[in-house]
Amino acid sequence: MHLLKAEHVTHRFGGLCAVSDFNLRLEPGELVGLIGPNGAGKTTVFNLMTGVYEASQGSIEFEGEELVGQSPSEIHALGMARTFQNIRLFKKMTVLDNVRLARYAKLGYNPIEALFHIGRFRSEEKKILAHARELLELFDLAGHLGELAENLPYGLQRKLEIVRALASNPRILLLDEPAAGMNPAEIGHLMAFIQKIRKDFGLTIVLIEHQMRLVMGICERLVVLDFGATIAEGLPRDIQSHPKVLEAYLGEETPG
Amino acid sequence: MNMRWTIGVGLLAGFGLCWAIPHYEWLDPYVQLVLMYLGINIILTASLNLVNGYMGEFSVGHAGFMAVGAYVASILTVLVFPEEGSAYYFPLAIMGGGLGAAATGLIVSIPSFRARGDYLAIVTLAFNMIVKSVLENLEVVGGPRGFMGMEQLTTLPWVYVWVVITIWILRNLVYSKYGRGMAAIREDEIVCDLCGVHTRRVKISAFLVSAFFAGVAGGLYAHLLQFINPRMFDILKSTEVLIMLYLGGMASLGGSMIGATIYTVVMEVLRAQGGFRMVLMPLLLIFLMLFRPRGIFGLKEFSWLIPWRDLLLMRQLRTRKEVPRASAEG
Repeated sequence: MHLLKAEHVTHRFGGLCAVSDFNLRLEPGELVGLIGPNGAGKTTVFNLMTGVYEASQGSIEFEGEELVGQSPSEIHALGMARTFQNIRLFKKMTVLDNVRLARYAKLGYNPIEALFHIGRFRSEEKKILAHARELLELFDLAGHLGELAENLPYGLQRKLEIVRALASNPRILLLDEPAAGMNPAEIGHLMAFIQKIRKDFGLTIVLIEHQMRLVMGICERLVVLDFGATIAEGLPRDIQSHPKVLEAYLGEETPG
Repeated sequence: MNMRWTIGVGLLAGFGLCWAIPHYEWLDPYVQLVLMYLGINIILTASLNLVNGYMGEFSVGHAGFMAVGAYVASILTVLVFPEEGSAYYFPLAIMGGGLGAAATGLIVSIPSFRARGDYLAIVTLAFNMIVKSVLENLEVVGGPRGFMGMEQLTTLPWVYVWVVITIWILRNLVYSKYGRGMAAIREDEIVCDLCGVHTRRVKISAFLVSAFFAGVAGGLYAHLLQFINPRMFDILKSTEVLIMLYLGGMASLGGSMIGATIYTVVMEVLRAQGGFRMVLMPLLLIFLMLFRPRGIFGLKEFSWLIPWRDLLLMRQLRTRKEVPRASAEG
């Protein structure tokens, strides 16, 4: 049984076919890289998987449950979390509240209990505060707990975005260019970091990345997109020499 | 825990003061009247802050909710409840006004599912105009001539009690999952949805509670003036609340209290200047927007309004962060 199975997924923006006949199967615990030239439709695939867009055709199943047609919050509740290419934190909220917000759906108290801070409100809020603290301490962000997210340095903002995604205990984590804007030393740390969270949180990870060192270094399997279509799939070293991939990145070889 | 005692004692002392002032005539009746307006303005500003400040929408029809509350509460005291013991029915009338306003808030929250920003502002503007026109054409409540016959049931202690209830309930809502959801909608609605928040439910709760307290303020206002007409609740009234809100600061209950206080007091002090005050006050606002666009207390909060568990954790971890730095230097 696959954890996630996307079949013949197609998405059109008006006349433009952003994703055409995309297929992906995820085994539990895998770390898969989604690569391709700019504008190939990688982020659109993430948007389709998380419910931001609804696929025009095809199906995406998460443990047998159809995701196409479900809202982003419903898909999130099934155990799918993501980060963004350009960091999208809740900038004018504290670090603590960024993390606590991601557990919104896990809080079962009703509006009346919230208005008077009674009943389940007390015990549940106490629990998520402890959970957020634990998580932030684990990632060395606890000292910044009361600061607004926008006041964190760039690297910590990236980290906080991942922590926010982890806060809801997802099964699948989608990372959209996690290494964007990082120097080689930072990329090295990030590689170890991704490996570590995968192991510690039992995650299945799909990542979009242009940094080949990172992609080749940690991904177990690669899927290459070009013009919205899957052009190659396989082990990183096979992909490196795949003719279609070379063509997509470098252009066609002119004869003569 | 110490803080809770201080707050409790402070609240009781405040009530005692609000009871004693009219009882022993410590202050001029005019000053007492200004204090009551101040309380009503605090309720209006704080409730608008929920939608405009915390949720980041731009509602410009707050006076519409106020009008509904004022009329419902007045109808209840004048036409429905028995005349004897009206003072005992008064809280019920105010509640009724609030609930009536909340019902209209529910209707306004529906377009907010689809429209945002400028577009929702137009919706709320239209709502305000509709309420005013409907009231002007309802002969049962006097049409454009207005509605009267209310006793002056609004007293300083009652205003105080309602201010405390408003701030307490709003504060509770703000520091719950719904409040965090509102702030997240303000920051990035799509990501908020992707984090598992039922954005519709959050929007409904914001509009409901905001409208409820606007209705409460309307009810208090009607029973203070003993006369209401539709023109009192036009777009100018909504603008006045917006000014108090932006003066005090967005997403801050403390800011709403400060903004409403400064506006009310300054407007009274400048009353002698006649029409000139309508130039001075907006001028003050322009300077504020130029030099402090967040408002005086924007995004800040009095520590006694923040849940003690959050506060404790922040203090605890802030000091812990600084310990290794100090030891490294030494």
